[in-house]
Amino acid sequence: MSKFTQVNVPATGKTISVPTGLFINNEFVPSVDSQETIQCINPATEEPICSVVAGSAKDVDVAVAAARSALKTTWGKNVSGFERSRLLNKLADLIERDAQELAELEALNNGKPVKIARDFDIGDSVGCLRYYAGWADKIVGQSIDIDNKTKLAFTKHEPIGVCGQIIPWNYPIMMWAWKVAPALACGCTIVMKPSEFTPLTALKLSELVVEAGFPPGVVNTVPALGSVGGAALAAHPGVDKIAFTGSTVTGRKIMEAAAKSNLKKVSLELGGKSPQLIFESADIDQAANWAALGILYNTGQDCTAGSRVYVQDSIYDKFLQTLIEKAKALNIGNGFDEKSGGGPVVSKVQYDKIWSYIDAGKQEGAKCVLGGEKRPGKGYFVDPTIFTEIKPGMKIVKDEIFGPVLSVGRFKTEEEAINLANDTTYGLGAGLHSNDAGQCMRVSQALEAGTVWVNQYNLLYNNVPFGGKKQSGIGRELGSYALDEYTSVKAIQWNYGEKLDWPL
Amino acid sequence: MPSTFSYQFDTPSHKGITEFSTGLFINGEFVDGSENSTIDVINPATGKLITKISQGTPKDVDRAVAAAQHAFETSWGLKCPGAERAKLMNKLADLMEEHEDELAAVEALDNGKTFYWAKNADLKGAIDCIRYYAGWADKIQGKTIETNDGKLVYTRHEPLGVVGQIIPWNFPLLMLSWKIGPALATGNAIVLKPSEFTPLSALLTAKLAKEAGFPPGVFNVVNGYGATVGAAIAEHMDIEKVAFTGSTLVGRKIMEAAAKTNLKKVTLELGGKSPNIIFDDADLEAAVNWAAFGIFWNQGQTCCAGSRIFVHAKIYDEFLHLFTEKAKQVKVGDPFHPDSKQGPQVSNAQFDRIMSYIDSGKDEGATVHHGGVRVGDEGYFISPTIFTDTRPDMKIVKEEIFGPVGVVIKFDDDEDVIRQANDTVYGLACSVFSQNINRALETAHKLKAGTAWVNCANMLHASVPFGGFKQSGIGRELGDYTAVKAVHVNFGHQWSVA
Repeated sequence: MSKFTQVNVPATGKTISVPTGLFINNEFVPSVDSQETIQCINPATEEPICSVVAGSAKDVDVAVAAARSALKTTWGKNVSGFERSRLLNKLADLIERDAQELAELEALNNGKPVKIARDFDIGDSVGCLRYYAGWADKIVGQSIDIDNKTKLAFTKHEPIGVCGQIIPWNYPIMMWAWKVAPALACGCTIVMKPSEFTPLTALKLSELVVEAGFPPGVVNTVPALGSVGGAALAAHPGVDKIAFTGSTVTGRKIMEAAAKSNLKKVSLELGGKSPQLIFESADIDQAANWAALGILYNTGQDCTAGSRVYVQDSIYDKFLQTLIEKAKALNIGNGFDEKSGGGPVVSKVQYDKIWSYIDAGKQEGAKCVLGGEKRPGKGYFVDPTIFTEIKPGMKIVKDEIFGPVLSVGRFKTEEEAINLANDTTYGLGAGLHSNDAGQCMRVSQALEAGTVWVNQYNLLYNNVPFGGKKQSGIGRELGSYALDEYTSVKAIQWNYGEKLDWPL
Repeated sequence: MPSTFSYQFDTPSHKGITEFSTGLFINGEFVDGSENSTIDVINPATGKLITKISQGTPKDVDRAVAAAQHAFETSWGLKCPGAERAKLMNKLADLMEEHEDELAAVEALDNGKTFYWAKNADLKGAIDCIRYYAGWADKIQGKTIETNDGKLVYTRHEPLGVVGQIIPWNFPLLMLSWKIGPALATGNAIVLKPSEFTPLSALLTAKLAKEAGFPPGVFNVVNGYGATVGAAIAEHMDIEKVAFTGSTLVGRKIMEAAAKTNLKKVTLELGGKSPNIIFDDADLEAAVNWAAFGIFWNQGQTCCAGSRIFVHAKIYDEFLHLFTEKAKQVKVGDPFHPDSKQGPQVSNAQFDRIMSYIDSGKDEGATVHHGGVRVGDEGYFISPTIFTDTRPDMKIVKEEIFGPVGVVIKFDDDEDVIRQANDTVYGLACSVFSQNINRALETAHKLKAGTAWVNCANMLHASVPFGGFKQSGIGRELGDYTAVKAVHVNFGHQWSVA
């Protein structure tokens, strides 16, 4: 396989050069022992884009060794916070420079509209890198008094070490930034396994890692099948920490593998079945906007998708009508079409999965009030779909669908709403819409979710932590909290005056 | 219209042009002072005029404060998200880096420090500081605090508003960055008065700040005298905080003025007479190098200079010999000559002051072990100077000289040297040299100073707080520019009178 491939961008008539090898020690290399490749498909056309090298377990070994070597020599405790900050800022600048090209590649591989990829995914990613660049020289510990005469204790927040990072296909560039930025800011080195569905932008970003000036081995990128590369990282004795974003099913396997191997530290960002509660005092039009955003943004392929909406009885009919109109207004189409507000779902696997849930919804007796009909023609397009007359035991109400499929229910009292919302093993996000301040406070305190949005939904900021309660995850990303995931505390207890009598 | 200063550098260390306005920088524009008067800026290496700059008046301070207030309420403060403030600050740092040599040359020309040190210490430190604080801008966090079930209580760390900043002439650009860094990061708008002796690098920086895109009024520079512009800032009813670096004498006046007017917050970075204790188990060669750096760097014009050097009797003779050799190696001369290690003192007034301390040392009976004389007959150059055979009550031992004059004192009692070291109204910094870590840490903990250096001296980092104990100051640089507000939201607690 040649080292670079030229990817055609039909809408612009131009090509984008994409490296196809594994990125280890700042070079793109073939697999050490395998001829396997990963073919990337354009979900809007179902056509192949290109193929890249598929990493094997042995390749993961090589990458981990490179990361360990860098940690011991040019990175980790050998590089100052100022230098880490400088490099992260440089990387952010380069991504900003190449935003248009990266957005087009992201749109080709993932399907999302180019303008959303550029202005939101990439814009936020640049912000994320800059935010963590700012933390890099501010990783402080504590100095602690024991007595003032003979002893001193202080803590150091040391880099946790070599980090395996496994990211999903729904926001390839942004998930890459959320993982890479805090890890590098804290002095860790990385072996990144992008999703086998969307490895292309991670490979392109690896070129910028070199251009920014990071030493070899600090960031390594090994596209691979989850069951091969992901499993290898989770079980690897040379990896000090694994960070995974993806399904709860896979998250369990990762944690098991970590427990069985070297008890590496684990952080998980898993699934959700996040509820939005619409109370009678809410601004109905606004609440409908946020509810639509919650289930339709990124074509519902969002871990915090507000996939269950519960509406207070007194406003149910009015709200439902408004919501249906809002959902109809979204244009789902090819990511290179200016009119598209959303793209196809990422793959045939996902497409089939979502349709089986839609069928289940119908079979289990829910009422389909919008969508539910397949589009003819090419592309994994799923139109906004809304089910009503739901019951708690239904598959569409319990399981994460990861598509633009919404279940709408109703409630009488605040207490009932809270119970319906919390009746899930997940706990990632929740939204509530109300103009009663007391209600907002009570309900936000009661909802069991890592992020509670009040009179809004889905919007995240680089400086606010994000993560799940219950089976939605372990640990937090973003904000200052992410630093805790990539540092390990050492207490140094220094005696400068106590003499020990022996034997005791 | 204020005139433009245009200067062609043609020196062994630097060649190039610099050009910037000599006006006051108010509301994003360079303007004349309200009385159209000027201040002469002198080259301390030659005693000759470099240029004239606009002189500000209390009226100009009013104009600047009004511009700052407007900016704070509309385009800055809490109206401008931290990430956006960070972007602008990083842009300024980038521009300063692009113009690094030019800024270093202007600084060396105006202050007299060597081009080498201006570039490698002052510029590097200033740029790092701006970048460090840019990183804080979107991380100003409060707390949520549990009280009871019916309430939400949280704190916000809000910007103060308009802050006044008065900076000295010893590290003009570095001091400017230490002041504007934390103030801008936390969302405050600034009225800054550079020293009338060294206004040039601030004006060039204002030009770069404009280019970086800071909204007009966020950063204002009002050149002028301490007694007029400085006092106006300290007394201003609409300035929420004054941050001053300079002499203890002036620091008192600033604090008084603040108390008498609107009780504005005050932080002061004042003088020092910092002790450097060298134990008999020190790495002698290293201690000699650091001790020389501690007192001779920046022509001795450093608030944290290790100006009282206590040396254990066992190594005293050897130390003094090596230290004197080091002092001899300091080549005093043209700041732009690559061989120069020390430039002139900043002004005629400082020159006279230092020479009069040297005279008082002689008069009071101390020994001039080395130096004690002017160098050359042009400009304000003084030789590195070492005094020995001193008594604790001598002026050269008690008072801050602010020149390349070190006092070397012999000791043999650990407890007593700590007592002597602490026997001063100052408490800015200290150094301890010993290879025995127990002795070094114990001593460092017992010395009353805001910064304790173990086996080094004068090392500063943007991320490490700096400030004085006792009469060396109030507050910490790299410090507090926010006002904490506690917000209590009652959402369920019913109040009944019964």
